[in-house]
Amino acid sequence: MLVAVVFVLLVVGSIVFHFLSPWWFTPLASNWGTIDDTIIITFWVTGAVFVAVNLFMAYAVWRYRNHKSSEPAHYEPENKKLEIWLTALTAIGVAAMLAPGLYVWNDFVHVPEDAWEFEAVGEQWRWSFRLPGKDNKLGTSDASLVSETNHFGVNPNDPAGRDDLLVFSNIVHLPVDQPVKILLRSKDVLHDFAVAQFRVKMDLVPGLVSYLWLTPTVTGSYEILCEELCGLAHFTMRGRVVVDDQSDFDTWQDNQITFADSQLIGEGNPMVGQALYAVCSTCHGQAGEGNVQLNAPRLSGQQSWYIRRQLGNFKNGIRGIHKDDEYGKQMAPMAAILADETAIRNVTAYIDTLQLSETAQTIHGDAERGQNLYSTCGTCHGTRGQGNYATNSPRLNGQDDWYLKRQLNNFKRGIRGVHPDDLFGPQMASMSRMLRKEADINDVIAYINTLENEAPADQLAIATTEGNH
Amino acid sequence: MAYVALADRGQILSHPHSFITKYIWSQDHKVIAIQYGITAISVGVVALVLSAMMRLQLGFPDTFSLIAPDEYYQFVTMHGMIMVIYLLTALFLGGFGNYLIPLMIGARDMVFPYLNMLSYWVYLLSVIILMASFFVVGGPTGAGWTLYPPQAILFGTPGAEWGILLMLISLAVFIVAFTMGGLNYVTTVLQARTRGMTLMRMPLSVWGIFTATVLGLLAFPALLVSAIMMTLDRLLGTSFFMPAIVSMGEQTNYGGGSPVLFQHLFWFFGHPEVYIVALPAFGIVSDLLSTHARKNIFGYRMMVWAIILIGGLSFIVWAHHMYVSGMNPYFGFFFATTTLIIAVPTAIKVYNWVLTLWRGNIHLRVPMLFAIGFIFTFVHGGLTGIFLGNVVVDLPLSDTYFVVAHFHMVMGVSPILVVFGAIYHWYPKITGRMFNETMGKFHFWLTFLGTYSIYLPMHYLGFLGVPRRYYAYEGIEFIPESALQLNSGITIAALFVAVVQILFFVNMIWSLFYGKKAEGNPWGATTLEWQTPQTPPIHGNWGDELPEVHRWAYDYSVPGEAIDFIPQNVPANDNPEAHRT
Repeated sequence: MLVAVVFVLLVVGSIVFHFLSPWWFTPLASNWGTIDDTIIITFWVTGAVFVAVNLFMAYAVWRYRNHKSSEPAHYEPENKKLEIWLTALTAIGVAAMLAPGLYVWNDFVHVPEDAWEFEAVGEQWRWSFRLPGKDNKLGTSDASLVSETNHFGVNPNDPAGRDDLLVFSNIVHLPVDQPVKILLRSKDVLHDFAVAQFRVKMDLVPGLVSYLWLTPTVTGSYEILCEELCGLAHFTMRGRVVVDDQSDFDTWQDNQITFADSQLIGEGNPMVGQALYAVCSTCHGQAGEGNVQLNAPRLSGQQSWYIRRQLGNFKNGIRGIHKDDEYGKQMAPMAAILADETAIRNVTAYIDTLQLSETAQTIHGDAERGQNLYSTCGTCHGTRGQGNYATNSPRLNGQDDWYLKRQLNNFKRGIRGVHPDDLFGPQMASMSRMLRKEADINDVIAYINTLENEAPADQLAIATTEGNH
Repeated sequence: MAYVALADRGQILSHPHSFITKYIWSQDHKVIAIQYGITAISVGVVALVLSAMMRLQLGFPDTFSLIAPDEYYQFVTMHGMIMVIYLLTALFLGGFGNYLIPLMIGARDMVFPYLNMLSYWVYLLSVIILMASFFVVGGPTGAGWTLYPPQAILFGTPGAEWGILLMLISLAVFIVAFTMGGLNYVTTVLQARTRGMTLMRMPLSVWGIFTATVLGLLAFPALLVSAIMMTLDRLLGTSFFMPAIVSMGEQTNYGGGSPVLFQHLFWFFGHPEVYIVALPAFGIVSDLLSTHARKNIFGYRMMVWAIILIGGLSFIVWAHHMYVSGMNPYFGFFFATTTLIIAVPTAIKVYNWVLTLWRGNIHLRVPMLFAIGFIFTFVHGGLTGIFLGNVVVDLPLSDTYFVVAHFHMVMGVSPILVVFGAIYHWYPKITGRMFNETMGKFHFWLTFLGTYSIYLPMHYLGFLGVPRRYYAYEGIEFIPESALQLNSGITIAALFVAVVQILFFVNMIWSLFYGKKAEGNPWGATTLEWQTPQTPPIHGNWGDELPEVHRWAYDYSVPGEAIDFIPQNVPANDNPEAHRT
């Protein structure tokens, strides 16, 4: 009795849950309404079977349950006719779902002739994009060509690649109502390009170029999520597609740098930079040693790509604007003094010449426990805290511990890493939340304080031989 | 009639004399079954605890210091692998297969008892190697249970140092153990059946376990070679699965390999693996339903052919796990078609279970409750499989919580309900004691309703697009606050279900000592294992003579008979109503 009642309640409850659920597909923003239609058909067919089978079973259990006046069970080993009927009906139901499914899949497999092709590149743990440029043709590329100065591994000898537009940001813009074929390329491991509102997704596989196509139909901003497990920071590998009308898209595209131009950017002139550094030195010190009283962190020894990016962030109102970022707000106007990108490069080039000196230890914690926590940090920042441009992670060893603690707290409290144009800050903000308590922060910093000043080396070899647990 | 000769060879058994040879280095299939069962369930409890840790992080992020991202991914990986391989596969085949096959077909033991013993100890070794990875530098692998390269063996994935190696070695050792057991089960079924036990008189439990074992023998080699190849990639720098890549900004020495190749090999094993777990469950549940409904299983021959057909088809559907893997999209047409075809024999099985209840005389004892609960969850999980199998519907749902909900419903909850039902059903035979009925009923209702309230809502997170294998979801705009609250609710339900399992363990252990003494055939079942001279059966199972089989396994409520079941070893009479086989 109870079984039958519960089954009926579960069937009814499931249907009620289905119709009342606020959790449902995001509003569609692409041409793939046909996928939604196929899902609805599947829902009707499977829903009917779910209700019919379970209600029939509930009835059978109630009607034929054993009780005092039960009749003996019916003896019927087989019923060929019934079995054939049921098989045929099931086959029809399956065909009713499969046929529209394959029909729509055929559309997905065939990319329209007029689709505009561009490339989405994945790596641990960021997105970047390459557009074909004026010749509407992407140049060849190869993983072996990837370096700090050739982020995409574009073949410098391929004329088609010279005008390719490089989007270093994890935000890409698309023109509305234009079919696009997105070529997917990975530098390292599997990733997956997924935008919920577009419905379609596809893996990125190193060693081959996969693709998907769609036509964005609604202007707006949509999140790209990596949906194939790609290592420790998988859940922070996010990006954004902004669907624009054509003119906004053109404006955006015109602002992207070509591959050829990206190769012309010089290293910066430390001699010129030295003059610019005079202003910095009042707080950060002549040797870039930092000053805790003035809340100015050490600069010497920090990687120049990182200092460049942060100067740009301060200058462009991405960092140092939060009302609770007391000291960041002091830095922002100072960074604004640097006139342009060249000035930033010059001053960074000078800072790069400063020698790292001893750091005083001001924070104490349980370094052994911190070592355990640091295994997560070390994945991006290096097992010895040496930093890594490829994961956009600055050097930690030899840095002022009071500054590390302040920044960890800023990330954790949503003071830093929240601006929509802060490309990599949100990843750190997300990660910083694994340090739940102040003791966790102190412990991990206490461990960082024990790290020697080491040059980067093969990560896996370090981890295997010495261990990070 | 080769099998008769083998079945009669009672003298090959060496009867043990000491405690050690009786209970530890035992060659008795029943003792080995219990060893397999206890080991598998113990390691399953570890996996259950891991899932509770994951759920704590998902339901209440920022609360528990012990779960950092690396640990989260390690828990995900170990939970999945343990549950699928080391619990379900080992329990259904090593546990139930070992216990039931010789008893149900009327044999004295497996045909290779020494190999059978070896199989268990090698399995235990594989479990120890796997558990050791919790204690090595870097911890166990966090590559996900699918172990996809390149990331599984690269820095950036937890456990890329030692964890992944121990995982691969453990899998290889497990496969050795399985092969020893599996060859034994197949040979025993084919060669050691007693007189009169034709293939089409075998209980469906044996058919399910037998077919699953054949699948395992054909599928596991694909996993074995991929484990060996990945070990070589990791240790010797070969490039079977490794193309030229840049890892963390460093050029590697790999080049020319294919990550998709690994996926093909993995799922060529992985999809049949689903049926390696499902087919024994199908078979066992058929016998539970028939026995407790006092009615023959409906459409026995159709059920046998459905098992065989599903087993065969399971080898040509593997790439439905790879619709969005970047393989040639034209494969989608073929694999979607084969996948949906497999729904037909599967549906037939469901109809026949329900039709077995129809016009039955249903005794709602604990094993029966679990069996009926299985039908409900399996229908649910099977139907959501049609969403994912239909290639284009898979596009939005792949890699979301819909997938997690689907496979837990169909491959987690459903087989586990059968495992519980089966343990309760055969408990009197195995231990000679009855379990506590009330506690068993509580266990069923709380587990059944609890798991449904975990997994039904989880599908809807998938519709929304919530990705699986995420440590944290903060900052994703399309995921509303309510979805995170739903996650907390799911976590509470999951913890509840985990705690409820204490009822099961208490019942099993308490009843072992204080349960009512069981009769030899308390459910009035027809199959041979209930007709043994002793309960629990002694080494060698049968007395001086093997039972002789005269009828199929489902003579329940035969019209014109005084009692509502006729055991298989009762000689045929001239009742014209009886089913002739």
